[in-house]
Amino acid sequence: MTDMAWIDAALTSARPQAIGALLRYFHDLDAAEEAYQEACLRALKNWSRNGPPRDVAAWLIFVGRNVAIDAARRRGRQKELPDEDVLSDLGDVEEEMAERLDGADYRDDILRLLFVCCHPELPATQQIALALRVVCGLSVQQIARAFFVTESAMEQRITRAKARIGAANVPFEAPGPREREERLEAVAAAIYLMFNEGYSATGEHVRARAPLLDEAVRLARLLLRLFPGEPEVLGLTGLLLVQHARTAARVAPDGTIVLLEDQDRTLWNRTMILEGLALIEKALRHERPGPYQMQAAIASMHARAKRIEDTDWAEIDRLYSVLESLQPSPVITLNRAVAVAKVRGAEAALALVEPLASHLSNYFYFFGVKGSLLMQLGRDAEARAAFRRAIALANTVQEAAHIRTHLDRLIKDGTTGDVQGSK
Amino acid sequence: MLYAILCYDSEEVVGSWSQDQEATTMARLAAVQQKLAEKKQLGPVARLLPTTAATTVRKGAKPLVLDGPFAETKEQLLGFYVVDCASLDEAIEVARELGKASGSEGAYEIRPIATFKPGTGVA
Repeated sequence: MTDMAWIDAALTSARPQAIGALLRYFHDLDAAEEAYQEACLRALKNWSRNGPPRDVAAWLIFVGRNVAIDAARRRGRQKELPDEDVLSDLGDVEEEMAERLDGADYRDDILRLLFVCCHPELPATQQIALALRVVCGLSVQQIARAFFVTESAMEQRITRAKARIGAANVPFEAPGPREREERLEAVAAAIYLMFNEGYSATGEHVRARAPLLDEAVRLARLLLRLFPGEPEVLGLTGLLLVQHARTAARVAPDGTIVLLEDQDRTLWNRTMILEGLALIEKALRHERPGPYQMQAAIASMHARAKRIEDTDWAEIDRLYSVLESLQPSPVITLNRAVAVAKVRGAEAALALVEPLASHLSNYFYFFGVKGSLLMQLGRDAEARAAFRRAIALANTVQEAAHIRTHLDRLIKDGTTGDVQGSK
Repeated sequence: MLYAILCYDSEEVVGSWSQDQEATTMARLAAVQQKLAEKKQLGPVARLLPTTAATTVRKGAKPLVLDGPFAETKEQLLGFYVVDCASLDEAIEVARELGKASGSEGAYEIRPIATFKPGTGVA
C-alpha cells in the first residue's frame, strides 16, 4: 500500500525535472504542463496499485511524453488509443528510461525550465508568477492570493508571460558554460525576489504570502542540488534558510511583525538554522565572496546569538563593509549604520547616515534609523522631525505604529525642546 | 550484538514534506524510539542534514576536499564517527587525519548532524 502523502510529495519534488524534460520535447510550456498533469493522474492510479517506480521523474517524463504523442496522433488520424492497461505496463521501458536520464540531463532540463521562467524579457513579477505556476505547480488562485490580484488578472499575467516567451524564441538547446553562469544569476535573483516578496508581507497578508517563502526555499535547494559547489548558490540557500527559520517568531498572532530584538528565539527553527549555517560555512571556504554569501553571513550572526545581547555587532559591521564594497548601495550603508551604532556609538553611525539623505529622502527606514540615532544623542527636536517624516512614509499601519511609540516616548519625556521640524 | 540501522530515502521527497507531514512522521518515529528506549535497546540516534550540506575528503597522497557527497557507488558505507568540531575546517582536518591513518582508497563524507540523541547506553 503506497502512502498517498508520499505520492503527493514525490510528484511535487519531481515536477521541475519532469516539466523541464517535457519542455525539451515539446518546446511549449502549455504542452509540457498538460502532459505532466496527465502523467500525474496516471501516477495516482498506477502507483497506489503497483507501488512507486524506482525513478519517479523518469516515469512521469516517459508517460507524459507518450500520452501527449498519443493525443497528437489521435487528433491527427482519429486512431484508436491503446488499452489503458497496456499503456500503464511500463516496467522495462521505465528502467531503460531511468538509465538514460542521468543527473546531467536533469540539470540542464531544470536549469532551462527555470531560465525560461526567469527570462530577462519578462518583468520580475511575471518571472516569479510563472516560476510559481510552472516550476512549483502552485495554482493560479494561490499565486493570485500571494500577489493580491484577482484570479483572472493573474491568469492573464501568466498567459501574457507565456506568450512573450513564445515570441522571444527562447533557444532550447543545452546552455553553454557562459550562458549557464548568466542564467544561474537570473534564476538566483528571481528566487531571492520571490522570497523577499513573501518576507516583506505584514498584517493580514502574512499568511497569504507564506507559500512564497516555502517555494523559494524549495527552489533554492533545488538549484543547490544542481550546483553543489557554487558559493553564491550555497550563500543564497543558506540565507533563505536562516531567514525562514525565524518565521514562527517574527509574526505576532495579530499579524504584526515582531522585530528581531523582540523575537522569542526559542521559536526559531533550529534544524533550518543549522542547515543554513552549514551551507554558509561551506560557501565561505571557497573564498569567493559575493552579495548572497555576505547577506547570509550577516543573517547567520543573528541566528547564532542565543540572546540579542550575544549579537556580535563588530563582526556584522565588518561583514556589511564587505557587502558594501561588493554591492555599493545607500540601503546597505544604512543597515551597516545600525551595527556601527552598537559598536562605535550613535555619533559614528549618524556620520554614516547623514550623507545618504539625498538618496533616501523617501525611504521610511532612513528616517526611522536617523530618528533613533538622534534620539540616542539627545537631539530630541530633530529626532521628532525624523520620526514624523518616517510615519508619513510608512508602508504599513504596523510600521507607522512602531515609530509612533518612539515619538510618543519622546514627547512624554517632556523635553520642552522646540517643535520647529513638525509635520 | 549491536546493530546499526541506516535510514535511506529520497532526499527530494523528504525535502518536499510540509511541516505537518514532517511533524507527523517524526512523532510516529518517536513512538518507536520510545518503546526501544524503555527496553534499554536504543543507542545513539542522529538525523543528518541534506547532502547539499555535505563535504567530502577524498583520500590520497594529496586529499581532495569536494562539495557534496562524492563517494562512488562501488564504495560501501563501512562505519561512521561522530566528532565534535568547532568548524567545518576542523572537521576536514579530522577527516584528513583519518584518511592518512587508514591508507586505503575511498573517502570520508562529512555530514553535519541536525539532531542527536545519545540513547540509553546499550552495551
